[in-house]
Amino acid sequence: MILLLGSYLAGLLGSLTGLGGGVVVIPLLTLVFGVDIRYAIGAALLASIATSSGAATAYVKEGITNIRLGMFLEIATTIGAVIGALLAVYTPVNIIAIMFGSVLIFSAAMTLRKKNQDALTEGSKLSYLLKLNGSYPTKDGVVNYKLKNIGAGFSIMTVAGVISGLLGIGSGALKVLAMDTAMRIPFKVSTTTSNFMIGVTAAASAVVYLQRGYMDPGIGFPVILGVLAGAFTGSKLLARINPQTLRIIFCVAIVFVALQMIYNGIQHKF
Amino acid sequence: MKHIFSALWGDKDVELVVGQLLRYGVVTASVVALTGGIMYLLLHGSGPVPQYGNFIGEGAGYTTFNGIFKGALALNATEVIQLGVLILIATPILRVIFSLLAFILEKDKLYIFITLIVLCVIMTSIFGGLKV
Repeated sequence: MILLLGSYLAGLLGSLTGLGGGVVVIPLLTLVFGVDIRYAIGAALLASIATSSGAATAYVKEGITNIRLGMFLEIATTIGAVIGALLAVYTPVNIIAIMFGSVLIFSAAMTLRKKNQDALTEGSKLSYLLKLNGSYPTKDGVVNYKLKNIGAGFSIMTVAGVISGLLGIGSGALKVLAMDTAMRIPFKVSTTTSNFMIGVTAAASAVVYLQRGYMDPGIGFPVILGVLAGAFTGSKLLARINPQTLRIIFCVAIVFVALQMIYNGIQHKF
Repeated sequence: MKHIFSALWGDKDVELVVGQLLRYGVVTASVVALTGGIMYLLLHGSGPVPQYGNFIGEGAGYTTFNGIFKGALALNATEVIQLGVLILIATPILRVIFSLLAFILEKDKLYIFITLIVLCVIMTSIFGGLKV
């Protein structure tokens, strides 16, 4: 019952801050409920899929998501995710905890930084070859954008995939970094496209986790239901409140959680 | 310019269908998980909380497709929950398959190829015997 409420909060916070449900689910399960981190990762993967699919229904209608770009980069993330899920067997749990803490801090920093709003007018050769340039609708009409540094973006995506397979989170922050900073995609497009990819990436590693027995039904069902309900409420609330202040408070909180995870990891408390 | 626009519109119709698909998938998964969850609580709710602090892993009944389907048909609570989990995992994969169909309709050979690679990676992880 508490788990259900907790997951609801996790989904709510995840969708309000744009970090995704998994990031909140893992510390909640491990630090508060004392669940083994491997079960927590399995549950977090489910949370990632649930938030991604839940939110995507809203975005596709607006036509912002760049499906071609998402599909192309999914080659990198799915391969990475499978590698990550395989690596997870051989990685000691305390190392996973330390890595998770570091990724958390990084994600918190990423949500606070300046966002790329400008659309590039000149793309690289590869971007034309792969038909990755696109456009999206705004209030002032359709904006066209072009891409560059596709190689760099593709490599960062592979890393993002490995991390998401290893830690069970969507690693949306890394995905946005690859698209925003390296490939110079406008923020709106990169956020929605990354959301589209998170579901597919998480599904690729979730199968491995499921077959390995990392997903427990007793933990799974409250997490799925809680996160879905939370994400739904979050998307409704988001229209009414200003998430910027909330985001800052949340980021400070998450840094503390991250430090706790790293500390426990070093102390071998998992 | 005109044919670009018509291609875009085709894309959008498929996208709407995909959006619906995602919603139905998520709703079905949560309903199935909820049903299983209620059954689970009726059975185990009064008992002590299982020791999740010790990692033991799950038996074959929860981790193989056959085990899950058989158990769910027999209305075992835990397998019904795992069936919900399966549906949830299947939704994004179905989305990739739908995108593949969309690219086939558009005769976009490059992206048919790219989507196939993605599908192959996912299928390898499902059937590739990665159970280490």
